[in-house]
Amino acid sequence: MATAVEVHHTALTLRDHLPILQILIPFCTAPLIVFLGYRSLAWPMAFISSLLSLIIATMLLIQVSDGSYISYHLGGWAPPVGIEYRVDAANAFVLFLISATATVVLPFALSSVAHEIPCKNHALFYACFMLCVTGLMGVVITGDAFNVFVFLEISSLSTYVLVSQGSYRDKRALTAAYDYLIMGTIGATFFVIGIGLLYMTTGTLNMADMADRLVGQGGNRTVQAAFAFIVVGMGLKVAIYPLHLWLPSAYTYAPSAVTTFLAATATKAAIYVVLRFMFTVFQPDFVFDTHILVWIIGPLALLAMFAASLIAIFQTDFKRMLAYSSIAQIGYMMLGIAMFSVTGLTATMVHLFNHGITKAVLFMAVGALVLRAGSTFYDRIEGMGRAMPLTGAAIVIGGLSLIGVPGTAGFISKWMLVQAAFEGGYWWLALIIVASSLLAVLYVWRVVEVLYLHTPHPDATHTEAPLLMIVPMWIAALACLYFGLDTRFILDAASTAADGLMAGSAGMSEISSAAAAAADH
Amino acid sequence: MTLEFFLGHVNYWLFIVLMMTGFYIVVSRGNYVKKIVGLNIFQVAVFMLYISIGKVTGGTAPIFPTNSQGKIKIDPEIVYSNPLPHVLILTAIVVGIATTSLGLALIIRIREEYDTIEEDDILEIEAAMAQAENDEHGSAMGGRA
Repeated sequence: MATAVEVHHTALTLRDHLPILQILIPFCTAPLIVFLGYRSLAWPMAFISSLLSLIIATMLLIQVSDGSYISYHLGGWAPPVGIEYRVDAANAFVLFLISATATVVLPFALSSVAHEIPCKNHALFYACFMLCVTGLMGVVITGDAFNVFVFLEISSLSTYVLVSQGSYRDKRALTAAYDYLIMGTIGATFFVIGIGLLYMTTGTLNMADMADRLVGQGGNRTVQAAFAFIVVGMGLKVAIYPLHLWLPSAYTYAPSAVTTFLAATATKAAIYVVLRFMFTVFQPDFVFDTHILVWIIGPLALLAMFAASLIAIFQTDFKRMLAYSSIAQIGYMMLGIAMFSVTGLTATMVHLFNHGITKAVLFMAVGALVLRAGSTFYDRIEGMGRAMPLTGAAIVIGGLSLIGVPGTAGFISKWMLVQAAFEGGYWWLALIIVASSLLAVLYVWRVVEVLYLHTPHPDATHTEAPLLMIVPMWIAALACLYFGLDTRFILDAASTAADGLMAGSAGMSEISSAAAAAADH
Repeated sequence: MTLEFFLGHVNYWLFIVLMMTGFYIVVSRGNYVKKIVGLNIFQVAVFMLYISIGKVTGGTAPIFPTNSQGKIKIDPEIVYSNPLPHVLILTAIVVGIATTSLGLALIIRIREEYDTIEEDDILEIEAAMAQAENDEHGSAMGGRA
């Protein structure tokens, strides 16, 4: 039997190893950067590795775009005993977002990091950045519940370090990183308790296998407790409204490049984990039975949309305003989940992607403003839109996408969300979504007014940002416009992903029959 | 709830007590080092949960006996404890150490910058900084910094 298994798992081409290469490439780059230790080599190595990751992620996305999935067995050990990497439409989509963001942010980081972080830390900074990329992609790609925790901690620990690097500009980055560490660790520990309780009930750690064994266990108190622990634990990482306290300070005081990367990917990967556990591990029926979606996540999502937007309106710091706006936008994503339909989930997946690129544009513009104006307080960036026309225009595009103006990416996701609301018969919800978008108009308009209608601050440098910042910023800005006009790619990928998620553990039967066969031997 | 039930699950009760103790320390203490200690207790409690899960009644250490030639001799009569949770917890211990050391490193940097590690004092300093920013940037824009 052993030989049969070996033959079965012999991967003949590099293509078969893509899922593990996706993780290994950034993972090996991090220690290489540290061991070589040359500051001048750190950035090129990080960039090449994230470019390779992007290529692999694109290949994986194409392979699974028909709704199939790839199951990669680590070390040739078949699941459920071995660790499995399972790539399907939902996580290939998130992998693509993470690697694309890393590839776009790194060229931007080169000048931004040089400006904001002392030279001696650069090599270690890029090593940490690659570890963060590894962790986030690992969380998304793995099909093993405990593996999620391990990768989650890899990404979190490197994130705390990256956030604390903002301390050279403002010492509050240190306390922000510390608070994030405390809350993030509590969240991760809650998550691992949840996994423990699930392991206790099912005796397996493979998510697909777990899902099969949880069928009909909805009334089991241990399973319910596990569900609560996992949702609250990941909720802390997602920054679902009452669990968001770490986010504003961490985003405000982290270096611009870090904020850009985190805002576009970290919370998104966490949302993916929530989706994966809610819809694949726990069956949709179970989740629906407990009413948690409708009566807990729904109202909290609405609260986030309004409370965080209102706070954003009264900020006087552009960067902090964007942080609060992120909390509000996470509310939209949670609302899509709470509506519990394929359209709602599609809206969540689309918004996950669109909000990622929108925030990438805006936070990169923040980085450019920090470089030229010294800080992003509104009175310091007055009139900078005219001094830096390209950055200003990118902010306008990003802002319009944040509001959800037709022609931008943000419109598509809000449109899907409104459609899901009508489909579910919640017409009043559609009105609420529009109302909260009006709040976004207010906070975006304040920035545009400051940038264009005020006289420039005398201390600021009135030149355009360097080309290395402008190009990535505009790649993301054009992506915002492109995905707002040509929606085929994004809607197809997102609806395939949503279909797969709503189907629960369907498509896992192959694994469980293999497991049954293994058990027979 | 009988006494037997209570005693039979004693390590689970202890897990809950330990977990809540750690959690309470994290929430209630203002000293940053004490918070980290609380976080440690909180994490260690989870180790206890996992190791309790791995226990099989009457099970022995999961090591296969070998005969004199060093060959593994599997006796189906012997009951073994589940080794998997132990392995998982080894990973979690490593994660815990990394978190603790990073937390302590951050505290050292905070001490250098703020000259204190008491949360109340730090919040006071940060409130003063926010107030200064507000005076400088906020009042002109009609909002708070």
